[in-house]
Amino acid sequence: MSLDVNTIFQIAGIGIIVAMIQTVLKQMGKDDWAQWVTLIGFIVILYMAATLIDDLFEKIRQVFLYM
Amino acid sequence: MDILQIVGLGLAVTFLALILKEKNQVFALIVSLVAGVFILLMMVDQIRLVMDMLNNMAQNAHLNNVYVATILKIIGIAYISEFGAQIAKDAGQNSIAGKIELAGKLIILVMAIPILTAIVDTVMHLMPQMGGG
Repeated sequence: MSLDVNTIFQIAGIGIIVAMIQTVLKQMGKDDWAQWVTLIGFIVILYMAATLIDDLFEKIRQVFLYM
Repeated sequence: MDILQIVGLGLAVTFLALILKEKNQVFALIVSLVAGVFILLMMVDQIRLVMDMLNNMAQNAHLNNVYVATILKIIGIAYISEFGAQIAKDAGQNSIAGKIELAGKLIILVMAIPILTAIVDTVMHLMPQMGGG
C-alpha cells in the first residue's frame, strides 16, 4: 500500500524534474536536448503506468472473468 | 479506514496534477491515470466480496452457472470500459471515449446473446402449452 502510493509521487516528481531540466536546457539554447529529455521521461513514466494497468487488468480478470 | 486513504490520495493527486498541468500536460494526465488505477486496485478486493456473495446466492438458488458467469463478465466489461472512457475524456479525446463506450456496449450485447436465446426458447416452449391447454 505505502509502496503503491510512492509510485504516484515518484511519477509526479519525475514530471516536475523533467519540466525543470527542460526549462534550463531551453534557456541554454539546447532545444533538441530538451526534447529528448522530455521524451525519455515520458517513456519511463509510461512504462511504470503500463505495469500498474497490467496489474489492475489482471486482478479484474481474476475477479470477473474466471470466477 | 480505506475511505480516508482514498479521499486523501485523491486530493493530493488532484493538486499534484494541477501543478504538473501548467508544466507538462502529459505528465499530469498520467499521474491522474495512475491514481485512478490505484483506487480501483484498492476497490477490487471489496468487489471480489460482492461477487463471491452473488455467486453463493446463485449456487444456492440452483441457477445455471453459465448465466451467472455471463452476468459477472458483463459487469466487469462495464467497469473496464467506463474506466478507459473516462481516462480518454480526461485527456480531451471525447471521440475516443465515445468509441470505447460503444465497443463496451456492443460486446455486452454480444455476450447477452445466449441469455436472450434462452429467454426466446423458454417462451417458445410455453406457447404451445398455453395454446393447447
